[in-house]
Amino acid sequence: MALIEIEGLTKRFGAVTAVSGLSLSVEAGEFLTLLGPSGCGKTTVLRMIAGLEIPDDGEIRIGGRTVFSFRRGLFVSPGERGVGLVFQSYALWPHMSVRQNLAFGLETRKAAPEEIKRRIAEALAYMRLEEMENRYPQQMSGGQQQRVALARMLVARPGVFLMDEPLSNLDAKLRIEMRAEIKRLHREVQATTVYVTHDQTEALTLSSRVAIMDRGRLVQVAPPREIYRRPGSLFVADFIGSPTINLIPGRIVRKEEGVFFAGDALSLPAPALAAQVGAEVTAAVRPEDIRIEPGESGGAARGDVYAVLPAGAETIIQVRREGRVFNVRVMGDASLEIGERVCMHFLPEAAVFFHRESGIRIDERRE
Amino acid sequence: MEAGPRSAIRAPAPVFLNRLGLKLRQPQVILGLLLAMVLAGLVAVPFFQMVHDTAVWQEADRRIVRTAEPGAWTLFHYKRVFASPLSVNIFYRPLLHSLATSLAISSLAMLIGTLMAWLVVRTDMPFKKTIGVFAVIPYVLPSYTLALAWLDFFKNERVGGAVGIFSYLFGVSPPDWLAYGFVPIVITLSLHYYPFTYLLVSGALVSIDSSLEESGEVLGASRLRILRRITLPLVLPALISAFILTFSRAVGTFGTPYFLGAPVRYFTLATTIYTSIVNRTPAVAYIGALVLILISMIIIYMNQKVIGEKSFVTIAGKGLSRRPTALGPWRWPALIGAAALISLAVFVPLLLLLWQTLMLYPNDYSPGNLTLHYWIGASQPALAEGESGILRNSLILGAAWNSIRLSVIVALITGIMGILIGYAVVKGRKTKLAAVLEQESFLPYLIPSIAFGAIYLSLFSRSIGPLPALYGTFILLVLVCVAKNLPFSARSGISSMLQVAGELEEAGMMAGASWFRRFRRIILPLTLAGSLSGFILAFIATMRELSLIILLITPETRTLTTMTFRYVEQGYSQFADAIILLIVVLVVGGEFLARRIGKREMM
Repeated sequence: MALIEIEGLTKRFGAVTAVSGLSLSVEAGEFLTLLGPSGCGKTTVLRMIAGLEIPDDGEIRIGGRTVFSFRRGLFVSPGERGVGLVFQSYALWPHMSVRQNLAFGLETRKAAPEEIKRRIAEALAYMRLEEMENRYPQQMSGGQQQRVALARMLVARPGVFLMDEPLSNLDAKLRIEMRAEIKRLHREVQATTVYVTHDQTEALTLSSRVAIMDRGRLVQVAPPREIYRRPGSLFVADFIGSPTINLIPGRIVRKEEGVFFAGDALSLPAPALAAQVGAEVTAAVRPEDIRIEPGESGGAARGDVYAVLPAGAETIIQVRREGRVFNVRVMGDASLEIGERVCMHFLPEAAVFFHRESGIRIDERRE
Repeated sequence: MEAGPRSAIRAPAPVFLNRLGLKLRQPQVILGLLLAMVLAGLVAVPFFQMVHDTAVWQEADRRIVRTAEPGAWTLFHYKRVFASPLSVNIFYRPLLHSLATSLAISSLAMLIGTLMAWLVVRTDMPFKKTIGVFAVIPYVLPSYTLALAWLDFFKNERVGGAVGIFSYLFGVSPPDWLAYGFVPIVITLSLHYYPFTYLLVSGALVSIDSSLEESGEVLGASRLRILRRITLPLVLPALISAFILTFSRAVGTFGTPYFLGAPVRYFTLATTIYTSIVNRTPAVAYIGALVLILISMIIIYMNQKVIGEKSFVTIAGKGLSRRPTALGPWRWPALIGAAALISLAVFVPLLLLLWQTLMLYPNDYSPGNLTLHYWIGASQPALAEGESGILRNSLILGAAWNSIRLSVIVALITGIMGILIGYAVVKGRKTKLAAVLEQESFLPYLIPSIAFGAIYLSLFSRSIGPLPALYGTFILLVLVCVAKNLPFSARSGISSMLQVAGELEEAGMMAGASWFRRFRRIILPLTLAGSLSGFILAFIATMRELSLIILLITPETRTLTTMTFRYVEQGYSQFADAIILLIVVLVVGGEFLARRIGKREMM
């Protein structure tokens, strides 16, 4: 049985529906990330799991116990749900030292003094904060505060870790460091984790599954690789990936050689879509699924180099063809000049197809 | 009976109940409801009681109209106030006086305050920091300090008793227009109220980046044009706020107009309310109070209309790039002018009062006449009907104890209520309850002090249900002072609560702490420092409060301010002045102490 089960969860703020009819289950030991653009309701979902927000409908069960049920008027308060939360702002109490911050929850729950002492020492050692015990939050760096926030969650030994964009206030270098820290924590403690972020790299690197949200609804829940390679909808395809995926409108046609996608500026074989002939679709191709060569060889799609954007390990090349700009990713440097003629080769079966109207994926792609 | 439609509406009930039940799980909702009820009890209920009392016969009316039936509806009082041969004396002339003095006071205070703010913030006047600190002091003094000092100086033979220093020095008695009435009321209250303008305008001036003005200069605009087109529009909201604030205070103040106006029968609405109560025509007083409230509301409504949201200018500004205006040869004259003004508003009056208290016999300004009798002297039958010096006079010490007790209790209650209101409003942001609560806490602001006292008099002079009549009790004084000071403490509570991010409390919820534990261990420690100004303000305001409580005081509940009032009426200016000085010492000492404690708590 799943550890966290959410059914038909709804939350309204005045006239705005922040989350509508959301159902989701999180398995024990899983690292699930809620990912979506800002304002999609992901933080609200997390806060409802924590008990900081009272839903307007639905039910939440944690570890088999119902902690919220609208129908039954049941609400278990945050402190009794056995969950820990790391806030975006860390929310460390500025008038308490690190030790007092860690001790507060244990004292509230009337733990024995020796037990409190032992647990704090353990958590501080685990987060490598032994020297910081008597410091106040404002005397510490952002990364240290972040570790105190994690330690404060750890001392309570919750069954579920909830994290609300915990890395968004750190600079790029620290963020990568803390990302590794969180991953280590999850692996070693094996606690079920629900993590909220708007940073897709964070989501893809940390999670065992990613739940993508859009305007209060869940649009796809899948492992990172599947989210990236087989986005369930146009929204997911467009949202995930940087630079963004290439989207080409067109339709499925039958030619003498077989079934094809005939789009603006591009035509691709689409043998699996025989049943869809005549459909208006959008093809999506990841930038790394296009190869380019200088010159005008073969019958591939030709174009002009529009921009070259080196980014160290890789280079993004924008190619213009018939008024449309394609993003192409190549490893290392590319010795191309602006305006140079190139031709693009689309890797076989690299494209994913979506119904133009509904945005839902229609192809059956073999890996 | 048809059963069909009935069973169809069965379903929503539990859902509705669930929703309500879940709502009540939030402490800010429970707290908000509780506070909203308390506020309704403190403000709305008394208000409606007073309105009711204006339209029914009173017990006292039997003396005037034999057929009066106490409790029955009548428009008698309204006719009496608005359309009777008495109307001019009991209503129209006082109204005119109120409007005229308030308008003149606001204008003059605005002029002084703006000039002072400009000198301190935007020029290279020497010692401007010191001037800036001293410029606020007049407001800390009781509003009628200056009035009493004025009397000590200008008093003439008109009311009998000793005359002032003016007569002594020049050998001629000052004319009535200089000693009493419009002119002295306007001058003394302007000097008392200008710090409002000073604070608001200097706040606005500080927050204006002078690069805005410099860019005007670069574009070749003349100084006047810059002032008119750039500086003025930016300062205007503060100016208007200051004007409104001063006006609404001036129109409801009682002490000064009474001390300076009553001797020549120059009455304002505020003083008419008092005399009507004393003359046992309370309904007339209540109608006067209603008119005062109406004036106040119109003014504040206009303020909201004209400048809308900008009406509250943030006083704290960031240190932006600022280049002071060079005064050139006017630097020192400007300093002398500012220092002279502050001296006239603070030091000269206080010295005058002090001197007065040291004179054994009034009107004898020779050194041989100096004595400490009125401070520490034992009772002597020949002097002041045998009353002993204020520091060994049990009556006055009792009053001092009452004043201190009242101020401390009121400061604590309003301060805590301010924090609680701040909590309920900030946590409940965007809910109807929070909006209602915020507006409700602002209501007492609309009601002039003397009218507020009248309202409470009307409600609490009788028993309400199981509650005995509170008139004459200390509790009533606490209630009225708490209610009147709530707008300020609620405001400071809200703003200090806004600084404490909601997540800090939520982290406490995650830790399993109950609301009381969160409040005590997290919210209170973090907001106390920010709310301290609310505490201090309530303490000071209560310590020197006269207008609000004058109608509610009985001999047992006398305070220092009402004792001053009594001594002025009896003509014992030495006692009155000594008590004023005592109040000043207590106010300044109290503020100092509060800041010390606040600082230690912060460490």
